[in-house]
Amino acid sequence: MDYLYAFLVGGAICVIAQILMDTTKLTSGRILVIYVTAGAILSALGIYQKIVDIGGAGATIPLTGFGHSLAQGAIKAVKRDGILGAFTGGLTAAAGGIGAAIMFGYLMAIIFNPKTKP
Amino acid sequence: MILVLRNNDINLQKDYQKIVKQSTPRPTIFKNCILAFITGGLICDVGQFFLNYFKSLGIDPIQAGTPTSIVMVFIGAFLTGIGVYDLIGKYAGAGSIVPITGFANSIVAPAMEFKREGYVFGVGARMFTIAGPVIVYGVTSSIIIGLIYYLLRL
Repeated sequence: MDYLYAFLVGGAICVIAQILMDTTKLTSGRILVIYVTAGAILSALGIYQKIVDIGGAGATIPLTGFGHSLAQGAIKAVKRDGILGAFTGGLTAAAGGIGAAIMFGYLMAIIFNPKTKP
Repeated sequence: MILVLRNNDINLQKDYQKIVKQSTPRPTIFKNCILAFITGGLICDVGQFFLNYFKSLGIDPIQAGTPTSIVMVFIGAFLTGIGVYDLIGKYAGAGSIVPITGFANSIVAPAMEFKREGYVFGVGARMFTIAGPVIVYGVTSSIIIGLIYYLLRL
């Protein structure tokens, strides 16, 4: 059952982006920036956690989920460490994903070459 | 042809524009949305599979998101390296851009492309063409949210 909800929620989040791309001139980079920021704001307002409760990975795998984990990390760290947590919490929570993206991204870019276009 | 153009310049232009308008394929938004929905949903299901797997290992459900992200980033980066992810992206549109695999794709694709500019300013810098802005806006938002939360709690 969680697969069905992940599919539906994840698919719906992607459809919103597709509509934005087709009806406006927003490029994919701008969409990703909007998504991560929107995810952080919705998370701070307590809305995104509800979407995660329903959609599971369908809500955490899209980039809005990245914003959600940044925002929740900051809030939790503030509870624990006070004002310092605002600065450390977000990156601490997202460190796994960002670290993996940098290392795997670098490795793959070194190992592989772009496919020559015919 | 030149004579015709002189005589019916305006009419011909109008006709031409009409033909251009008719033969330009309309952005098939509906079809794009279906494809984005299916690919986006499937990628999230792959994520759900790993999330369930890490939970079954006894990792705390909140913590299990991190290894899931790491695996998905690896998959996205690898598929971009072997050229498969761009093939998916041709059909999937936002369905392949918005998931975290697309974030990995946005790092690897320009880095590979600009490798000839060197390993520091080619690969090292171009990796962050899209990831840079995403991290800047994401981290800044999270700090502002943390500060607001701190002030509200005082």
